[in-house]
Amino acid sequence: MVEPAPRAAPLAGHEPLVDVHAHFLHARAGRRDWEMPNRARMRAGDRIGITVHIASILGTWGHASPVYFPSPRDVTLGNDEMLAIQDRDPDRIRSYVTVNPNDTAHALDEIARCGERGAVGVKLAASRRADDPLLDPIAAAAERRHFPILHHIWQHRTREWPGQEISDGADLGRLARRHPSVSFILAHIGGGGDYRHTFAAVAHIPNVYLDLSGSGVDRGMLDDAVRAVGARRILWGSDITMETGLAKLWALEHVEPHLDASAMTDIRWRNAARIFPLGALPGVPALEREPVVVAGHAR
Amino acid sequence: MIDAHTFIGPYPFRHIPHPDPDALVRVLDRERIESAWVGHLPSAFYRDPAAGNDTLFDALSPYTGRLIPVPAIRPDWPRWEQALAAVLDRGAVAVRAYPQQWGFGSNHPAMAELAVACGESGVPLVLTTRFEDLRQRHAMDLVGDLPAATVRALARAGPRVRLLVAAASRALIEEVHWGLTPDERARVWWDISWIWGPPEDELAHALRTIGSRRFVYGSGWPLRLAQTPRANLELLPDELRAPLAPLGDAAQIPARSA
Repeated sequence: MVEPAPRAAPLAGHEPLVDVHAHFLHARAGRRDWEMPNRARMRAGDRIGITVHIASILGTWGHASPVYFPSPRDVTLGNDEMLAIQDRDPDRIRSYVTVNPNDTAHALDEIARCGERGAVGVKLAASRRADDPLLDPIAAAAERRHFPILHHIWQHRTREWPGQEISDGADLGRLARRHPSVSFILAHIGGGGDYRHTFAAVAHIPNVYLDLSGSGVDRGMLDDAVRAVGARRILWGSDITMETGLAKLWALEHVEPHLDASAMTDIRWRNAARIFPLGALPGVPALEREPVVVAGHAR
Repeated sequence: MIDAHTFIGPYPFRHIPHPDPDALVRVLDRERIESAWVGHLPSAFYRDPAAGNDTLFDALSPYTGRLIPVPAIRPDWPRWEQALAAVLDRGAVAVRAYPQQWGFGSNHPAMAELAVACGESGVPLVLTTRFEDLRQRHAMDLVGDLPAATVRALARAGPRVRLLVAAASRALIEEVHWGLTPDERARVWWDISWIWGPPEDELAHALRTIGSRRFVYGSGWPLRLAQTPRANLELLPDELRAPLAPLGDAAQIPARSA
């Protein structure tokens, strides 16, 4: 029998830990048990030792409009629900503002509205491919507010998938090159597809950060991620499988090349503190944003 | 504690680091796991797994009692009965089969014969639902996940058949479990390597509804991180953590001694 850790000790230790990829449900998401996953996330977060959950809600999660193609009405509803959750637990929760770039004006209004209400980043899912020009005004709005953009990604898009207009690392890389002052969080390297394709596609693009979340726990994935982008461009996250997030955090202690304590701190919270607005993350020391260096020039 | 779901050897569709017995022993030490049931990963993709079984027994021989061989038997191969007898003579405590990789349908008679023969010999038959997530498979890896119908058919093949199904997730487990009689489902075990934890809490749900005695500890190493099942158990709701003793030991499956 595995011995449970003592209750008082967070399973991931006492140092701050930022989950950059979390989600919550709400009453109009079509699930009668919507409160249970929300409570489970906070329960597990406390046990792991998560300092702050940075989360998004994608409309009505498919109930009234598709998960990855949410209507403007559902986008607004989801963002309001997300901000309400943040308001109820301001010491542990922060919000992304979710937008659908096909409704450009609405998307820009939502970024402005939710930014004023306390959102700290932008969530883009799969309503439009990442390199589409429609994303440019979204990225420009994010830049003005110093918001990072968390972008849903399929690791190596070899074909279209139903229910989403999916992007991969190469697609996101093209957007990131057009907006070198914006930090892009490439979602869930363990979330499906070939992560090694992603690593090759974005290794040389310094404003793309890898989020470790997703149900995939392939051995070798973390080692390859560290080799490709280094600890300074890796962010910890859980998405909808928190046990794989914890396992990956533990496994980082054993990757090749070895990560020292400072590198682990970068992944746990310091990288997040650098790319989110100054002082936006509760319980996490504020760090000045660092300039993104591209081809030897600070931008 | 036994990790009932491990392999040695490389995987044909991607590089995996250090899939070797000595690395596995170090992982077991780190995870505080006493022993592991170990298959030979390349054998799943051999037409005839016999050579892989020889490699497995040879590779594990320095680790007797710690790494326990679980060889593969292909039941549509000539003289498979003798092959089964031979691996049992060499100390196998369970037998693996890969009906998907061998192109067998859910009601293939040879699989039923193997399940019955294993049951009569006092060893469980180990099935693997998947090696990788469907979303990331190589273009040449066209084999689908193990269907629930295959598991149900084998569980019904005979009263002494015992199955351990690795890498199954909630939907498959529930479709099989509630699709069997109480006697049949009492002869099927599941490893927890691919069951989601919080926030959906699918492992907690399975333990509550199906019962912890049907589940064993398993990781899927070297394909998957060995830390995952430990993390999953640690994140269970409080009321499920205390009575977990029945889970976590493949030794609960009636089998020959290692």
